[in-house]
Amino acid sequence: MSLDTDAIHDEIVPAGEPWLGSVERGQILRIVDLEGNQAVDTLFYNAHNTEERYSAVDTIRGQRNIYLSTGTQLRSNLGATMLTITADTCGRHDTLGGACSAESNSVRYAAQTRHMHSCRDNFLLALARDDRGLNKRDLPSNINFFMNVPVDADGSLRFADGISAAGRYVQLRAQMDVLMLISNCPQLNNPCNAYNPTPIQILIWAAG
Amino acid sequence: MTRHSELPAPGSVPAPLWSQTLQQGEHWSGVLRRGTSLRIEAVEAGANVAAMLYNHESLLERYNMADTLKSQHTAYLTAGYVCYSDMGRILCSITADSCGWHDTICGLSDAALVTSRFGATRFQEQRNEYCKNGRDSMLNELGKYGLGKRDLIANINFFTRVSVDENGALQFDAGHCRAGDYVVLRFEMDTLLALSTCQHPLDPDTRYHPRSVQLRAWQSGPAPAHDACREHCAENARGFQNTEMMFLP
Repeated sequence: MSLDTDAIHDEIVPAGEPWLGSVERGQILRIVDLEGNQAVDTLFYNAHNTEERYSAVDTIRGQRNIYLSTGTQLRSNLGATMLTITADTCGRHDTLGGACSAESNSVRYAAQTRHMHSCRDNFLLALARDDRGLNKRDLPSNINFFMNVPVDADGSLRFADGISAAGRYVQLRAQMDVLMLISNCPQLNNPCNAYNPTPIQILIWAAG
Repeated sequence: MTRHSELPAPGSVPAPLWSQTLQQGEHWSGVLRRGTSLRIEAVEAGANVAAMLYNHESLLERYNMADTLKSQHTAYLTAGYVCYSDMGRILCSITADSCGWHDTICGLSDAALVTSRFGATRFQEQRNEYCKNGRDSMLNELGKYGLGKRDLIANINFFTRVSVDENGALQFDAGHCRAGDYVVLRFEMDTLLALSTCQHPLDPDTRYHPRSVQLRAWQSGPAPAHDACREHCAENARGFQNTEMMFLP
């Protein structure tokens, strides 16, 4: 497999929009933070059995570390490795912060933020438009690529300014056929994306 | 299960509605109504109690680890914190806690982990001493309500402390839970609670050694107007407001 060859899929996902598609076993997936400090909320499902899906806690437990970066095996709720992170020019990615939603916005910020567009609305709409019968029951804790959520030794957790920058990317190899669900985060109330949601690029190369 | 009907003596702790001991490795589930408090006590040192919570009225609403942590700016749970659902509402409040730290980021053990650590065991030889694991225990309980693999949410691990170093690496605190440690949950909505007493997945103990715990439930009422959990942070005040909208007359 050579990344010198053309990608079989090359798409820009505008700020605040969902993306749902397939990545086959052996294919290489790259997500590019085009303008820097974007948060890319991401879930994976086994394409042949969607009851098997990404599990944040199984991933954390498996590598005994909360941050995702090169070498991380993304694990399923059944313990299988779904994808492996093979390159990372950002440094680390979050899987504790979850997705924003109208309801959690009303808790975290104010009741007046309930109307704002959110990652969970993206997830729900992408699943509802799809024909696989997935719904809110299929939204476990997700990955936030490029998002910086440090945890201190005293157990405090915060959403900090991003550590990503324009052009940084994360690259993964699929270890099984997966369905990927993305919300290119529209959150305007916290520094996870520098208060400025921006587009991302999704590239997929064929299995070598 | 023991059903208690005696009235409390003046000044004493409230009379329990019921109490129950969970045996080593036992899994359990039940419905805790709004206004009920549940005390979970570690009978032995080193206990771990994995917990999953769902709104009993609408099982699609369930404990959300991420919303719980980010709303309260914490990576662990203790007294004063509440357990949020994915709908911006509070399933239960943690009103008392003797050990100061409960994990919610490390998940459950599974059959592969338990077999690699303790060897293969089967009911046929070991009878009820066979080694149970957290995921299968939860699937057992969830199945009783029509739930399954899709409903394996990020769980709480009561009595276990796992801290995070500056590089993100996890540190399991083996001496954290002492005999007699307890945590009290006050339920703010009718909640389906599923529990497993299996060892924590990062417990380095080379022996299969789950511990028994004691459950005691009583009628406490939901959060009053002035309450340590409600007043813990502005987020929790809004979370209680969202929750109480469901129960307006």
